[in-house]
Amino acid sequence: MRRSALSSKRSSKAAVAQDRSPAPRSQERLIAIVGNPNAGKTTLFNALTGSHQKVGNYPGVTVEKVSGKIKLASGNVECIDVPGLYSLNAVSEDENVAVDVIEGRSQGVRKPELLVCVVDAGNLERNLFFYTQIAETGIPIVVALTMVDRVKGELDLAKLSKFLGVDVVPIVGHKDKGIKELKDQIERNLQDPRKPQVDLGSIDSLDAHAHQLGERLARIGADYTVAEVRRELIEPSEGFDRYLNQAPEMREAFSQAREELAKESTWVVNAGTTGRYEWAGMVQRTVLKAAKGTPKRSLTDRLDLILTHRVFGLGIFIGTMYLVFQSIYTFAQPMMDAIQWVFNSLGDLVRPGLAFSPILQSLVVDGVIGGVGAMLVFLPQILILFFFIAVLEGTGYLARAAFLMDRLLGWCGLNGRAFIPLLSSFACAIPGIMSARVMPDPKSRLATILVAPLMSCSARLPVYILLIGAFIEPRFGKGWAGFSLFAMHLLGLVVAIPIVWFLNRKVLKGKRLPFFLELPPYQWPKWRDVWLAMYFRGKVFVNTAGTIIVVTSIAVWALSYFPRSTEAAQSYRTEYVRLKGVAPNSPEAQHHVDEEQLAHSFLGRFGKTVEPVFVPAGFDWRITTAILSAFPARENVIPALGIIFNLGEQKADGSHADLEKSLKDSTWPDGRPLMTPWTSIGLMVFFALCCQCMSTLATIKRETNSVKWPIFVFTYMTVLAYIGAVVINQVGLALGH
Amino acid sequence: MVVANSHPIQFGKLKKGMRIRIVRTCDDCGDSVRLQEMGLVEGTEFTVVKVAPLGDPVEISLRGYRLCLRKSETKCFELETVE
Repeated sequence: MRRSALSSKRSSKAAVAQDRSPAPRSQERLIAIVGNPNAGKTTLFNALTGSHQKVGNYPGVTVEKVSGKIKLASGNVECIDVPGLYSLNAVSEDENVAVDVIEGRSQGVRKPELLVCVVDAGNLERNLFFYTQIAETGIPIVVALTMVDRVKGELDLAKLSKFLGVDVVPIVGHKDKGIKELKDQIERNLQDPRKPQVDLGSIDSLDAHAHQLGERLARIGADYTVAEVRRELIEPSEGFDRYLNQAPEMREAFSQAREELAKESTWVVNAGTTGRYEWAGMVQRTVLKAAKGTPKRSLTDRLDLILTHRVFGLGIFIGTMYLVFQSIYTFAQPMMDAIQWVFNSLGDLVRPGLAFSPILQSLVVDGVIGGVGAMLVFLPQILILFFFIAVLEGTGYLARAAFLMDRLLGWCGLNGRAFIPLLSSFACAIPGIMSARVMPDPKSRLATILVAPLMSCSARLPVYILLIGAFIEPRFGKGWAGFSLFAMHLLGLVVAIPIVWFLNRKVLKGKRLPFFLELPPYQWPKWRDVWLAMYFRGKVFVNTAGTIIVVTSIAVWALSYFPRSTEAAQSYRTEYVRLKGVAPNSPEAQHHVDEEQLAHSFLGRFGKTVEPVFVPAGFDWRITTAILSAFPARENVIPALGIIFNLGEQKADGSHADLEKSLKDSTWPDGRPLMTPWTSIGLMVFFALCCQCMSTLATIKRETNSVKWPIFVFTYMTVLAYIGAVVINQVGLALGH
Repeated sequence: MVVANSHPIQFGKLKKGMRIRIVRTCDDCGDSVRLQEMGLVEGTEFTVVKVAPLGDPVEISLRGYRLCLRKSETKCFELETVE
């Protein structure tokens, strides 16, 4: 059977994990919130824990672990927000982790003492289906009944509580209604736990077998209820499977019973689900007295008439996306400028104080302050994008957008949910990759993450503008300049299609989840959930990606700074003054010294060493060094080109006029012009396709929880970029340019 | 139970507003197991709410909630119309 094959693999891993798992550090009691996606689980978790949350990863997997503290009268308890589940029969990584946490197999996580099962009152049947599975784990449960404000009709809570066999607390999470009552029930159930008793009833021969086997088990001293035995007959769990290793005669009896049942009909795989839904339907009919009269068309139905309409729906979708990204550009830019200004001012403030030691001065100002600034500058975009994602997700519109877009993205192997990550990546790949969390299928999510850095982000824009301004516009006019800019943005998207296709065929093998999408009813966004989502996304970025970015910035600073000596600097200066006849302390002389120092640094020497590799692309050592120094962050290329081409940084008004001129006038040692239109297109293609962004790689490492995938992305993009640049330059040469 | 006016229909042919019953699900393909757990078990009736503007996926209403499915991934369901 499918499940047992899957389970045995997992249980062997879990057994090892259990041996190694350390003793719990804190003595706080542990509870877990479980439930269907879209049932209001996160809203409830936020209401219970507020901002006392911790976001981390489960060991060895990409699934995010969210836990927090709940303050009860008798002290704090720890609470885990388990990823949403439709069924305990896990098929995805998220679901595997969730099931492991519930059943106490997750490495480093204790078995929860109590489950708070979130049940959506507006969607009782499917939520109760899940409840029947959870009830059979034998862990005490308190049911939090959400969305009670949406139920049309009368809900008999006492009857529901009787059917479920546990306490039921109605809540409205975002209004904090029922939260106090729920906390009281959690407290009471921790002292006096109530194990649920669900009677699924009704299938006679199954019951007969279950009774008989239950009695045999009791005779050998194993205490199982009939319901538990029935579940083991239908869906064997690995815990029970392990137990059967000690009782081979019982294993024999169970497989015999299954065989006999299988002869009767085909229900052995199936009756579990059908039977549970029969029960759920029965409970719903009994506890819910629907309001009299024909129900009028709901608000959701009326909104969907427009929002998923053939014409208006697509129009509104495009408009919404335009608004989102326009806002990211508009609102993020001043904040980014402000952050940059703060860090520049900080550098200027610190610089004189460290004048006694040029190394320390450069380390602190260029390495540390520059590095932290280069990382924090991404924060506004991340926060704004996650504000919109949280709002769109909270209202239910995100699911509609995925519904509209699925066909378009489906044919290259992605699905409708990939559009937010990919579109966001045009602003910046980092929030784009982080937002791939909206995709529950791990394979589609990984494929999306792996191509997201190909989308042309805003940091590539200055390079395009510089090169188009210098080489395309003067020769071909404004029309072609605009077209080039558009083509550069389209390039990544076009290249991504065969890459996704290839990844799906050759790299990400294995089963893909069928695409299904729940369209939850529309509702107002819950502002607390929105703020908390922004806060924790920002925090995660600064904590994890930030550390790596600062460290690599310092490393690149060191490579471009060392080795250096005042004697060498002095000799560059004297030489330049002798040749050009300028004042020793003139800016020109200083630029020359900077250039020579960079040329003699480890980075510059490395650039000269690898120059032959880049010659087929038409790049000399100067462009090569600029490219190499831009690997941590591609926006570094402009100041690097400035230093190398003897001009210093761009002018205060942001124009590159001098750099443009200098690039145009540069020649190879034999006098050929260095940059032709073809070389400049090649250089732009290189920048469009190359993964020159440590922050992106650090984010991929975190989101995939593996160093394999950032290395993969870096390698394939660098190879693509190189091939692209070489091909374009060679075509140019063949055409006689 | 034989219903006079029902006739078999394929998932790909569903049109807005149709009332459909699931006659048989398949137990061999993995896709079907999860969809059954979403409530698409034998005997379940659902209404077709909408087909997406680009032709796929299909939005259905069942058990009081809305679900979207791709035509290509629901081939194994045997369906019939309900009058």
